[in-house]
Amino acid sequence: MESDHFEEMDIEVLSSMWPEDIGTDAGKQFNVEEKPKGDQDMLEEVTIMEEPTIVDFKRLLELTDYTEKGSSQLAYLIKHWEYKQANAARLLREELDSLSKQREEVELKKLEILEEHRFEEERYGDKRPISILDEVNDFWQEIPRRKNDVVVQNKRVEIDAKYDTIAYWKQQAMHFEKLLEGSIQREQILTEKLQECLKDFERQSSPVEELSQILKRADNFLHFVLQNAPVVIGHQDKELRYRFIYNHFPTLHEEDIIGKTDVEIFTGSGVKEAQEFKKEVLEKGLPAKREITFETDLFGSKTFLINVEPVFSKSGETIGINYMGMDVTDQVRKRERMAKLREEIAVQKAKETELNKTIHITEETMRAKQMLATMSHEIRSPLSGVVSMAEILASTKLDREQRQLLDVMLSSGDLVLQLINDILDLSKVESGVMKLEATKFRPREVVRHVLQTAAASLQKILTLEGHVADDVPIEVIGDVLRIRQILTNLISNAIKFTHEGKVGINLYVVPDPSSGKGEASHQTLNAAEANGRKEEKLEKHRSTSQTNGDQEGTHGQTQNESAYRNHHLSDESRTPVKSQAFVDEAAEEHPHSFETTVWICCDVYDTGIGIPENALPTLFKKYMQVSADHARKYGGTGLGLAICKQLVELMGGRLTVSSQEHCGSTFTFILPYKVSTTSDHSDDPDEFSDMADHDEATCDTTESFFQFQPRTLGSLFSSNGGSRTQKFLPHTTGYIRSNKLNGFSETSYSFPASNPRTRETSSIDDACSVVDDAEILCESETSSSHRPDPDNQTAACRGNQCQDDANCESQNPITDPTHHSEESIEVAVAAKTRELPKTDQRQDKFGISPQCVSSRSKEIPESTLQPRILLVEDNKTIVMVTQSMMKLLGRSIDVVNNGAEAVCAVQRHSYDLILMDVCMPIMDGLQATRLIRSFEETGNWDAAVKAGIEKVVPCLDSLQNGLGSMSSAKRIPIIAMTANALAESADECLANGMDSFVSKPVTLQKLKECLAKYLP
Amino acid sequence: MNRVLALLFHQGVLDEQFLQLQQLQDESSPNFVSEVVNIYFHESEKLLKNLRGLLTEREFSDYKKMGIHLNQFMGSSSSIGAKRVRNVCVAFRAASEQNNRAGCLRALELLEHEYCYLKNKLHELFQIEQQRVLAAGVRYPMQR
Repeated sequence: MESDHFEEMDIEVLSSMWPEDIGTDAGKQFNVEEKPKGDQDMLEEVTIMEEPTIVDFKRLLELTDYTEKGSSQLAYLIKHWEYKQANAARLLREELDSLSKQREEVELKKLEILEEHRFEEERYGDKRPISILDEVNDFWQEIPRRKNDVVVQNKRVEIDAKYDTIAYWKQQAMHFEKLLEGSIQREQILTEKLQECLKDFERQSSPVEELSQILKRADNFLHFVLQNAPVVIGHQDKELRYRFIYNHFPTLHEEDIIGKTDVEIFTGSGVKEAQEFKKEVLEKGLPAKREITFETDLFGSKTFLINVEPVFSKSGETIGINYMGMDVTDQVRKRERMAKLREEIAVQKAKETELNKTIHITEETMRAKQMLATMSHEIRSPLSGVVSMAEILASTKLDREQRQLLDVMLSSGDLVLQLINDILDLSKVESGVMKLEATKFRPREVVRHVLQTAAASLQKILTLEGHVADDVPIEVIGDVLRIRQILTNLISNAIKFTHEGKVGINLYVVPDPSSGKGEASHQTLNAAEANGRKEEKLEKHRSTSQTNGDQEGTHGQTQNESAYRNHHLSDESRTPVKSQAFVDEAAEEHPHSFETTVWICCDVYDTGIGIPENALPTLFKKYMQVSADHARKYGGTGLGLAICKQLVELMGGRLTVSSQEHCGSTFTFILPYKVSTTSDHSDDPDEFSDMADHDEATCDTTESFFQFQPRTLGSLFSSNGGSRTQKFLPHTTGYIRSNKLNGFSETSYSFPASNPRTRETSSIDDACSVVDDAEILCESETSSSHRPDPDNQTAACRGNQCQDDANCESQNPITDPTHHSEESIEVAVAAKTRELPKTDQRQDKFGISPQCVSSRSKEIPESTLQPRILLVEDNKTIVMVTQSMMKLLGRSIDVVNNGAEAVCAVQRHSYDLILMDVCMPIMDGLQATRLIRSFEETGNWDAAVKAGIEKVVPCLDSLQNGLGSMSSAKRIPIIAMTANALAESADECLANGMDSFVSKPVTLQKLKECLAKYLP
Repeated sequence: MNRVLALLFHQGVLDEQFLQLQQLQDESSPNFVSEVVNIYFHESEKLLKNLRGLLTEREFSDYKKMGIHLNQFMGSSSSIGAKRVRNVCVAFRAASEQNNRAGCLRALELLEHEYCYLKNKLHELFQIEQQRVLAAGVRYPMQR
C-alpha cells in the first residue's frame, strides 16, 4: 500500500511538470517534417492534440539511436518504466500474497470448522472455537464482519439459551454451511480480483504508451513555452538542411524551409555568415554564440543573436546542429546608440579634461610668469636700493681695500640687476606684456654704437668690426631699443666666447624671406646648414666677404677665417665695397616690390670657441648653456639668447645660428623694418647722438664700415672718412633710463667705473640691458670727448644735459654758442657738486667749438649767481626733504607754505623756477599758478588782488638784479609737485599753466632732471 | 641697522625714498633723517588726531577736509618713503571720496596701526644708528 501511494506521488510530480491542460490549439506553429498537413499555412496548422504523434518518430528513433542525448533520454525513460514496472510487480505480488494468505486462512478455517464439527460431533457443546472464527473473520472487510460478528454473538447468545437441542445443532450445521459458502464466495471474489489485477497490470505495462504519454506531455510543455517565445528554434542536419524549425514569426511555408539550407532560403547579407558560422560550429563541435546582422528581402535589416549547439552522435560525431535565433535588433541598435553615446561622452570628457588641463596650465603659466615679473620687479626695487647705496658709498672717501670690496659688491649687484632685468624681459615677452615701439633710427648708428660699447668694455685683444651694406636705408623704423638689445646681447656673447680673432656685425638687405627664399645660388658651405633656415644669407655674406680670397674653401669655417684674414689684410674699404656691390646685385634681382618694408639681415660672427652641434637645439632654450663646464667657465645665466630669440620673433623675424666648433659661430637674424619716407627728425632718444653731432652725421649716414682694433694696439676708430684718434670712455654700464625724456620716476644707477678690469662681469654677461647701452652710447657720443676722469656722476649729468641740448637742437638745429655754454655750465655745476677733479682733456671732435670749452671757465662764475628757486609746499616733511636735496644739488631755495604766500613771494622777488605743491591750504597750487600766469601776461596783479592778495612792492634785490620789471615778460617755469601722479592730475596742472610736474615722492634724480631742464 | 632697514624694505614699510633721505644726510646735517622723520611724526600725529576727530565727532563727517588731511599725510609719507602708510592713505582717501564712513573708519584703524609700526621701527632704527655712531666714535680714536 505504501509503495502504491509512493507511486501515486511520483506520477503527480510528473504531471505537474507536464501540464495536462494545454489547449487544443497548442503548437500550431510546430512544423514537423512528417506531418501530413504540410500544405496548409503554418498558422493554421495542425492542432497537435488531434495528432499526438507529432514527432517524426523515425527521426526520433534516429536521434535516440544516434545521439547521446536521445539515448540518455531513452535510458531514462526505460529506467523509469522499469521502475514503474517493478513497482507494479511488487504491488501485485503483495496483493497476491495477501490473497493467498486469505485463502490459506480460509482453508484453515474450513479445516478447523470441519474439525470442530467433528469435535462437536464427538463431544457436543464446546463453544470455544467460535471465537476463533470470529478472529478469522476479522481479517477482511472489517465492518461487515463486525456486523457478522455481532450477529454471530447474538445468535450464540440465542443458541446458548437452547444449547442442548437438535435444532440447535441443525441450526449450527446450517450456519456453518452458510459460512462456508460465504468463504467460498469470498475466495471467488478474490480470485476475480486477482484476475482483474493481472489484467490491469497487463494493460498498464505497455512502454510505448507510457513513453508516448511522457513525450506528449513534454511536447505540450514545449509548445506552451515556445508559443510565447520570440525565438526561432531549429535543428539542422549535417548538411545544414533544416529538419525542424520553430519560428514565432513565420513568413515562409514549411516546405520552403524544411530540407533546405539557409543559403537556399534567404538571400542577402548575413546569410552566408550565418551559414559559415553554423558550419564552423559543426566542424569545431563546440557551441558558440554570435550576433549576425541580416539584410534580407524577407524581413529587412535585422540582427539576430544565434546560439548554435552541435549535436553529437553516440560515437562523438557531429550529426547536426541545434540552433536558436533571437531578434536583438532593437537591443543592438540601442547598444550601438549607447556605445556611440558613451564614446561621445568619453570624447567629450577627454576634450574637457584636455581643455581643463590646458586652461589650468595656461593659468598656471600666466600666473607663474606674472609672479616672476612681479617678483623680479620686487627684487629689483630693493636691489636698486642696495646698488645705489653702494654707489653712494663709493663716492665717499674709502681706502683701497674698501674700494676693492665695494667694487666687488657693485659688480655683483650689477650682475644680479642684469639677471633680474633679463628675467623681467623674458617674462614680459612671454606673457605678451612686452610692447614694441616703432621709432625711427639709423641702423649704422646702432651698429656703430653697439660695437663702440663693446669695444669700450673690451678686455681682450679682439678686433671688432662692422659692415653695413650700402643698400641698407639710412633710416628705418623699428624698435631700436630691442634691436640694440639683441645686437648687444649677441656681440657680448660673441666676445665672451672669443679669445682671439674677430667679432663683427654685417648688415645687409635681403629679399623678403617669404617671397624669395631660394634665391641664393651660392654653394652650401656650412655643416650647420640643417640648423639655419636662412644660410643662404650667411653664405651670401661669406662668399662676398671672401671675394678677395680663397674661393676654394671647402668648409664654411675656413672660408670664414679666410674672409676674416682678408679683412685684416686687404684694403679695408675694398672689401665692403665689393660686398655691397654684391648685395646690391642681390637686391636688384629682387626689385623693390617691398616699398615700405625692408628685410635687413644681421650677422654677428666671431672666431670663438664655437658651438658643438649637439648643443645647437638647446641653444635658444632658457637657462641652457652648452654645458655646465661652459657655464662655470664663462658665467652668465643662459637667458641672453632666449631673450634674443624671443625678441626677434616678437618683431616678426628669425634668429638662427650656424657654428663650427673651435672655429666660430655666426648668429643671424633678419627683421622687417619699415622704411621711413619723411625725413623729419623725431624726438627719438636714440637720435640724440645723431643730432648732437650732426656735424658728423653727414658722414655717419653713409658710413658702412667700422673697425675697432684691440685697445692695446691703440684705440682706433676707423671710418670711411679716415681714422681719428679716439679714446673711449671707461666702461660705464648700469645707467638705466636716466635719460628718458619725460624723466618720470626713473631711477638711475650711476656708479663710477673706476676700474673696469674688476668689473668684467658686467661686460661679459651675455645680456646687457639695451637701455644701458643706449645711455652709454648717448653719453659717449654726445660728450664726444675723451675723459680719463671716470666719474660717471658727472658724466651722467653732462650726458643728460647734452641730450637735453640735443633735444633742443632737434627743434632748433642751429647750434648756437649758448647751447654749449649751457652745457658747460651744467658740467661745471655737476663737477662742483661732486667736488671731483676734472681734467680738461676734452678734445672736441663732434662740433663743440674750442671756444666753447675755453669759455666755460668764464661762465662758471656766472653760474654761481644762483638762480632763485621757490618751493611752495605746506608739508614740512617735504619741505625739509626737498630743501636738503636742493642743498645737495648746490641750490638754495626759498620756501613758502601756500599759494597765497607764493604769489606774494613772486611779487617780491623774481624766481627762475617754482616748485609748486598742488594741494595746499588757503590757496592751492593751481590757483597760485593761474595768478602768477595772469601777472605774467598782463603785467599787473589785478587778478591776485581780486583773489585777496595785497600787492607787495617788489623788493630791492629783484630790482638790483634788474629782473623786476623784466620778470613780467618772462615766463617762470612752474613745476607742479603732486602726490597722485595720475594722468588727469597732470592734465590739470598743465591746463592751469604749469610747465611740468613731478610726482611725489620727489627724488634727487627727479629734482636734478627738473633743474637741468628748466634752469639752464 | 641694516637688517632692520632690510626688513622694513622687505615688508614694504619703506621704499627707495627713504634711501634718498639718507643720502641727503651728510656732515653738515648729521641728523637729517631723524629730524625729518621727527617732523613727520609730529605732523602725522596731528593729522591723525584731526582725522579721528573728523570721523568720530559727529554723524556727518567733513569728507572734503578729510581728503585734504589725507593728501597732506600722503605727501609727507611718500616723501619720507613710508610706503605702506602711503598706501593706506590712498585707500583711505578713496573711501573718503566715496563718503564711505565704515571704510574710512577701517582705513583709519589700519593707518594708525601702520603709523605706529613705522614709528616704532624707525625709532628702533635711529636708536641703533645712534649706538653705531657712538660706537664708531669710540673706535676711531683707538684705531689711530
